[in-house]
Amino acid sequence: MDWPVIVSGVLVISGALLTIVGAYGTLRLPDIYTRLHAASITDTLATFLILAGLAVPSLVAGEWLIAVKLLFVLIFLWFTSPIASYSIGHAAFFTAQKPRLDHDLTDGEGGTA
Amino acid sequence: MGRALGLLVFLAATWLLLSGIYDHSLLLWLGAASCLLCVLIAWRMDVVDHEGTPLELGWRIIAYWPWLFIEIVKANIDVIRRLLRADPDISPTLVRSRTMQRTDLGRVIYANSITLTPGTLSIDIDDGKGILVHALSLEGAEGVLSDDMNRRCAGLESDRLHRRAQEDQTP
Repeated sequence: MDWPVIVSGVLVISGALLTIVGAYGTLRLPDIYTRLHAASITDTLATFLILAGLAVPSLVAGEWLIAVKLLFVLIFLWFTSPIASYSIGHAAFFTAQKPRLDHDLTDGEGGTA
Repeated sequence: MGRALGLLVFLAATWLLLSGIYDHSLLLWLGAASCLLCVLIAWRMDVVDHEGTPLELGWRIIAYWPWLFIEIVKANIDVIRRLLRADPDISPTLVRSRTMQRTDLGRVIYANSITLTPGTLSIDIDDGKGILVHALSLEGAEGVLSDDMNRRCAGLESDRLHRRAQEDQTP
């Protein structure tokens, strides 16, 4: 096999595995906030690995426009996903979904610390 | 005016990179026309300001992204390690981070950077009290309190950006 295919395959498969880790964490962790942390693995590193894996063969073949488009996808995702996470966390916090906390370093804003 | 021109250049570059068409004059003209139309609409909507087209960030934001990327990778590895224990090694912590940024744009960049690094999540921004951060672990919360990212985001704001932000607020 050609090396670009192998590199690309390794990147895409590790991205897919991280997506599974994110999904596992989303199911395993106790409340909405900790679950958002697990989901952000899927949002950030898993997305990057999969897109990088897709970009490698096109870069090797000299099709750099395809890689640029994938870079755009990554940038748009990384600009928008934190806003979605913030909206979910913000909405949950102000509708009395108080987080389960081990430590509260604020002045008791967490409610049931 | 200079800002509208910057937006136009940016839009044209995006159009060229996404279409990949460089030898079809009709399509190139249509592309140029659509870029112009977008700038006109943005102008009329009055969103061509320091937030819509933050040219003042300049090279600073380009230098910030690689650092942020490395932070994201490190935070990912940390969270994955904690998750893959038989009993997830978490100690959820709530913390307030006093923002050092002078403009709304800087605060938004900081809050989004916090959320983008797994293990920390910004929940609320309050101008007086700072950003409320939920961290997956006590170590993550201490990382936020060390203010490293906070300082770097404040460093993104040039004096020019600060001036423009004040000008845009009081037209």
